[in-house]
Amino acid sequence: MANRTSEVPLSAAETPVGIGVRLSRSAHRNARFIFPAPAAITVALIIVYPVFYTGWMSLQEWFASSLTPPKFIAFANYQNILTGDPRFRDAFFRTLYFTFLAVSVETVLGVGMAVLFNREFWGRGLARTLSILPMMATPTAIALVFVMMYHPTLGVMNYLVSLVGLAPFKWTYSSQTALYALALVDVWEWTPLIMLIALAGLAALPKEPYESALIDGASGLQSFWHITLPLLRPTIIVAILFRSIDALKTFDIIFVMTQGGPSNASETINILLFTQAFSYFSMGYASSMAVALFAIVMGASLILMKVRRVGW
Amino acid sequence: MVSQPKALTTLFKTAGFYALVIIVMLPTLFVFYWMITLSLKPQIEAAGYPPSFFRFTVTFKGYQEVFAKYPFVLYIWNSLVVAVGSTVLGLAIGLPAAYSIAHWRQGGLALVVLAARIIPGISYLIPWYILFRNLRMVDTYQALILTHLVVGLPIIIWVMIGFFEDIPPELRDAALIDGCSYYGAFLRVAVPLVKPGIVATSILSFIFSWNNFLFSVILAGRNTRTLPIAVFNMIGYEEINWGPLAAAATLITLPVILLTLIIQRHIVTGLTFGAVKG
Repeated sequence: MANRTSEVPLSAAETPVGIGVRLSRSAHRNARFIFPAPAAITVALIIVYPVFYTGWMSLQEWFASSLTPPKFIAFANYQNILTGDPRFRDAFFRTLYFTFLAVSVETVLGVGMAVLFNREFWGRGLARTLSILPMMATPTAIALVFVMMYHPTLGVMNYLVSLVGLAPFKWTYSSQTALYALALVDVWEWTPLIMLIALAGLAALPKEPYESALIDGASGLQSFWHITLPLLRPTIIVAILFRSIDALKTFDIIFVMTQGGPSNASETINILLFTQAFSYFSMGYASSMAVALFAIVMGASLILMKVRRVGW
Repeated sequence: MVSQPKALTTLFKTAGFYALVIIVMLPTLFVFYWMITLSLKPQIEAAGYPPSFFRFTVTFKGYQEVFAKYPFVLYIWNSLVVAVGSTVLGLAIGLPAAYSIAHWRQGGLALVVLAARIIPGISYLIPWYILFRNLRMVDTYQALILTHLVVGLPIIIWVMIGFFEDIPPELRDAALIDGCSYYGAFLRVAVPLVKPGIVATSILSFIFSWNNFLFSVILAGRNTRTLPIAVFNMIGYEEINWGPLAAAATLITLPVILLTLIIQRHIVTGLTFGAVKG
């Protein structure tokens, strides 16, 4: 179908023509290469090249010094990651734990919100619009607000907690609660994304199963468990994987609020790798961690592609 | 006799439903409410305990301090230059590419662009840092605009593919048969038809550049520091002087909120790369 259009001649003239016309004809014939060329070059320069450079750098030992060039050490960095570095191992499991915590809570809340907002009610448009603001708001600013809200003695969170009758927490200020407090910020920010994806899924559900369920006398809760959830499953899986890909890469809120602390309690791979690269300038080692993180995120993405084909 | 309790039940159910909606919305709204009210409270009340929720003295001292103590106008300008720059460049590069992918089904290029969304941003940062340091381009607008393209360009391309695909083929072919070249068909037929999409993607790309922290924290310097980095640095200086901190947070967030309200319909499509239509 696409080929048919490219065969439409620019003009019917067969007489000998000047160089200008010939150039513009050739530009027309090669349009399919010219249109995407700037994007292809840009992508090659700012995306593909850095990725390969990181792969190459991960086989070197280099401390970003112009006096000593990178030293090739083959897979020593990877060996270190896999067996020799407990700090990386901790960060690895912490990253997975953080992602699991945040995404599972977001999924339950997000699907619940979607079911709630799927009903027709006065003010639904406004409620939906307001509820997506957290994921668009600047993460640094949001992190800053949570820093103030989480303050152990002056923050509003401990006041709210005391209203419910609980003892105060130290939130991001204690190594025991920091990761949970950060996951809570992530939940606040990103539950709306699951809600939006689930809402799109709900809008596409067929009506018939509900009608027959109603005739059979099923309650609202029953039809939710036995009709809505199974039908929505593919959508929910897509939502979970989109969120997981991003949660694995969470950087802004952790870096602004705790920088991985207190005493490394919230140091995820992303934070550790940033520290290795830009505080210790251990470029080779940091690069190998970047490749590892890439592999983890890619694993999650491949599942996403399998579950639901994106594009063609 | 039966109808009255029934009407009452409906009333209770509706009231219960709205109560639930409000409870669900409360955490979202509260954080924004708290940010704005903190920015308007004098220091004693901002850091007072128990916190005052509704009754407080309104002051603009926090905002005054932000502009007096820091070159905040420069930070706003820097953020604007980088966000507008990377969006305009992204459109110039991304629109023809999206048209071409939609038109000639160039799936390979689309997949590479999608990969950019999946690859952790930090894996670009090390090579860029080394490259820009060698070129002496750290702390330049060019370096920031180029790197912010990594966030904006994939969104522009993926969202716009959908818009270009929605153009009826007859319309596109008619222009070609009438003697238009592909360039004419693109500029005079396709682009005007996808204007709403261009507005939405421009705003998305602008917001993501405006919000970007990771790339700017390394590649921006004293002259090009963008708002998120400036605010991050303020945390250390101000400690619990919360008025200016909250004021700065409010100033960054406000434009984003306004823009989000404009394009809210397109946000899911943008964030999920067209996998989910909003």
